[in-house]
Amino acid sequence: MRPIRVLVAKPGLDGHDRGAKVVAAALRDAGMEVIYTGLHQTPEMIATAAIQEDVDVVGLSILSGAHMTLIPRVLDLLRDDGREDILVTGGGIIPREDMDALEARGTGRLFGPGTPTSELVEYIHNWFEAREAQTA
Amino acid sequence: MPQSFDALIADFEAGKTAALARAISIVENHRTGYDELMTRLHPRIGRAQRLGMTGPPGAGKSTITNLIVQSLRRDNLRVGVVAVDPSSPFTGGALLGDRVRMEAVALDRGVYIRSMATRGSLGGLSARTAEVADVLDAFGFDRIIIETVGVGQTELDIARTADTTVVVLVPESGDSIQTLKAGVMEIADIFVVNKGDRPGADRLRNDIELMLGLRRGATSANIPAHHGIPLKTFNPIRIARDAARSENPEEWLPAVLGTIASKGEGIDLLLAAVDRHFRYLQTSGGLKGRRRNRLKNQVTEVVAERLRARLWEDPDTITWLDTQLDLMEAGTATPFSVADELLSRSGPLLTGVKP
Ligand SMILES: Nc1nc2c(ncn2[C@@H]2O[C@H](COP(=O)(O)OP(=O)(O)O)[C@@H](O)[C@H]2O)c(=O)[nH]1
Ligand SMILES: [Mg+2]
Repeated sequence: MRPIRVLVAKPGLDGHDRGAKVVAAALRDAGMEVIYTGLHQTPEMIATAAIQEDVDVVGLSILSGAHMTLIPRVLDLLRDDGREDILVTGGGIIPREDMDALEARGTGRLFGPGTPTSELVEYIHNWFEAREAQTA
Repeated sequence: MPQSFDALIADFEAGKTAALARAISIVENHRTGYDELMTRLHPRIGRAQRLGMTGPPGAGKSTITNLIVQSLRRDNLRVGVVAVDPSSPFTGGALLGDRVRMEAVALDRGVYIRSMATRGSLGGLSARTAEVADVLDAFGFDRIIIETVGVGQTELDIARTADTTVVVLVPESGDSIQTLKAGVMEIADIFVVNKGDRPGADRLRNDIELMLGLRRGATSANIPAHHGIPLKTFNPIRIARDAARSENPEEWLPAVLGTIASKGEGIDLLLAAVDRHFRYLQTSGGLKGRRRNRLKNQVTEVVAERLRARLWEDPDTITWLDTQLDLMEAGTATPFSVADELLSRSGPLLTGVKP
């Protein structure tokens, strides 16, 4: 089976990407092809990269608090290009009720701070397998 | 896949990026529809100019690529970039970070960037990269840049599929040119010594020119004396510099250029050298040769792949092979006699005719 392709991006204005890099390395070590795009990514940059790279998953690392505008915008842009099939997941400092609202809006699961990366890995693996089984 | 094959082709022809990205995935994975897709695109392949960039990790290839793309965009040329990085041989995973350096063109609709992992030793990587470039070519990009890390055999093979190959080196990539692997000198159409702001860059340039000049000197030495190169004043570095500037369409001696990519310095000269090399390829017939070579490689790969699929996915063949194991063990047959017999009994299978 081909490797799962994941875009790891760090939207927002806050200044460090340690969390995103840790996630990127964990996904790579789990056998995924990780496209890493660095800091300060706008939703436009994230969606453009996801579409150009034909990823299966977008993993967002969020600290800035602007998640309620950034994440829905990514979802909308992906949908505009007919790529609502791409899983948008991620984590960071997001209040529980915001997570619920975002998941209702169409993201995959979102993870709170301190969640072990193995949980994200397992979640992506399971999601991918279920989707492949569905389309096979 | 949420889209039918015909819809994909229609969207591709309408210039939709999402369809291009999907098409590349089909080709990269040789998924169902790959043959048909390449066949449909074939008439539109051959317009783009292909530039290969290779060199050790951290040499500045992506930084230079970003600058080249920006410059080409000022000329209104559309650019596709393929950035190839190694997969881990242990996990199969890969961290593909070249986009970070190309942020300046991330939102430019005339630019498409695709990261690719080498995916182990499945072979055929260079052929697959060339096919991905074919897809970009068919989509209508004027220029295609293929970035590969390293100077090993795989990278050299990929670089060879470009029209012009640029090898990027830096002072710290080795004390001298001696550290360059065999093959690099041969494939480079242009050498770039990047990080000219660091000590040792001039020396590396001189070393490369010396080597190129010596190679050329060895051939000039066979030319009768009326050429007026007295061996006493024979200066390989000058020979290399002069030759690299000449517009003689008969031969190409690699240009050796210096850049400081982090300050944007030297890129204009690099682009001028790329253009000069492309003109040389056009007038010398080398371009045609390179393109014919790509076609030949592609056929070789397709044949190998079809052989694999037709033979080893055929249950009768596997059953027959199992019956030969006893004979080989007993010494009445060898792997070679079995291989020959297998090939000769598989005629209808190999030609795709069901017996
Ligand atoms: N000092 C110096 N650093 C450079 C120069 N060009 C690129 N770099 C830096 O070298 C690092 C690697 O560059 P990158 O383009 O990613 O290299 P690649 O691995 O060959 O694609 C980056 O931190 C660049 O900013 C240069 O001319 N001088
Ligand atoms: Mg790079």
